[in-house]
Amino acid sequence: MKSITAAKPLQEMVDQLGAAKKVAVLGCGTCPAMMRTGGLDQVMELRGQLESRGFQVIYAEVLPVACESLPLEARQELARGCRTADAAVVMSCSLGVRAVCDDLDMPVLPALNTLFIGREEPSGLFVEECRQCGDCILGRTGGICPITRCAKSLLNGPCGGSVQGRCEVDPSIPCGWQMIYDRMKALGRLESLLGIEPVKDWSSSWHGGPHLVKPPQG
Amino acid sequence: MKSGSNLEKVLQAGRFAVTAEIGPPKGGSGRVVESTGEAIRQAADAFNVTDNQTAVVRMCSLAACALLARMGMDPVMQMLCRDANRIRLQSDMCGAVALGIRNILCLSGDHIKFGNHPTAKGVFDIDSMQLIQTVKMMRDERKFLCGEEVAGDIPLFIGAVENPYADPFEWRVHRLAKKVKAGADFIQTQAVYDVPKFARWMEEVCEAGLDRETHVLAGIIPVKSVGMARYMRDYVSGVEIPAEVVSRLEHAKDVKEEGIKLIIEIIEQVKEIPGVHGIHVQAVGWEEIVPEVMERAGLLPRPVI
Repeated sequence: MKSITAAKPLQEMVDQLGAAKKVAVLGCGTCPAMMRTGGLDQVMELRGQLESRGFQVIYAEVLPVACESLPLEARQELARGCRTADAAVVMSCSLGVRAVCDDLDMPVLPALNTLFIGREEPSGLFVEECRQCGDCILGRTGGICPITRCAKSLLNGPCGGSVQGRCEVDPSIPCGWQMIYDRMKALGRLESLLGIEPVKDWSSSWHGGPHLVKPPQG
Repeated sequence: MKSGSNLEKVLQAGRFAVTAEIGPPKGGSGRVVESTGEAIRQAADAFNVTDNQTAVVRMCSLAACALLARMGMDPVMQMLCRDANRIRLQSDMCGAVALGIRNILCLSGDHIKFGNHPTAKGVFDIDSMQLIQTVKMMRDERKFLCGEEVAGDIPLFIGAVENPYADPFEWRVHRLAKKVKAGADFIQTQAVYDVPKFARWMEEVCEAGLDRETHVLAGIIPVKSVGMARYMRDYVSGVEIPAEVVSRLEHAKDVKEEGIKLIIEIIEQVKEIPGVHGIHVQAVGWEEIVPEVMERAGLLPRPVI
């Protein structure tokens, strides 16, 4: 599983920074490094771009895993390095931004948009596979998530816009329900799609404040 | 009688039903709805009002249907899952019944991307299948989705849509069967231009016995111009227009007349297909042509039951 990210436009970064003059730029050594959105090269590139727009970059580093809490020593080093900065710019997913907020007493700004959690296909594309709805139905849909893969998140698809395996929204998108149909057919399980999937419990998803989970006791 | 709507009566009586679509205005003029309704009220048994079709904001279907009901017409309120959650949907159904609406058509809805607010958030809390189930539950069990009791009757005749031209073709009848099981009393199909393919689908519908459990109304979209035919062929999702239809219009001297002739031929052909109980005419933005088409197709006057 990876957090899939994309760079924000430079102008948005400049706008976010506002009156800040001295800036720290932090990357992340995991997903963004693999995706080339927040590795060392991208950190240096953003540093150059910000400097060309008049900012003074006083610190530029890649955190090993931005979303994890840093060990005390590393945290102190980060705080020291950024001490005189007016703001920190983090090239990681939103989790990394959150974690850095805990370590630095200054505005911490996202340099990336967090797009989705997904995985890398053999083609090199990063594909969204899960919306984290909190109530997994992959066992009933051939391991393909209709909430994620269907443009309308239909639980009883496909809709009338499925043509030759492509989605009406964009022909470059495979129809999620055609994928489910093909998989279930190959598994000899089509009859299990004849039942009507009931109304979904969305209470575990999207609304009602942040979810908190205590891991099972070991 | 499930709803006592005119459409239900006509279909129950075994008559060949005609429904026609009315596109509501992009604003608050009830006059526009009323004058379109007035112009075509003799030409069909019931009148669908679209619900922000192609994700373009218009007057809501509920209000436009209520205006038609006030005129003594039988409206079919289209209801989408795209823009509202289960609370709003059920609440609107109650309001619709209060305002004299007796037919509902349940759809998932064209995706937001096609409309004039492409950055809106799609709701899709429940899907069209589940919306059909919801109406049936409210009507037959007098219960909301949560299980709480509905106060009073919800006499709605339940419609659904199906596209015989979508893929996977071999799954379409099974999906229709699911909609019928969910509670669809009538089905309006995507526009029929490729009649043989539609007939093949209808054969499967009848083989599955679905023609005895629901009423299939074949979708009919009159073509006004060559440009419209090409546009539908290239850009309207789910519509399949054979090349010969487009070229027939391209070579016509009077395209409008040729379009009407073409549509009448299609109506005559679908009328003969076993299991087809009526047609649904969608003359979007060209509603005034419906009486002429119905007259020339021999479908007037409409039965009074």
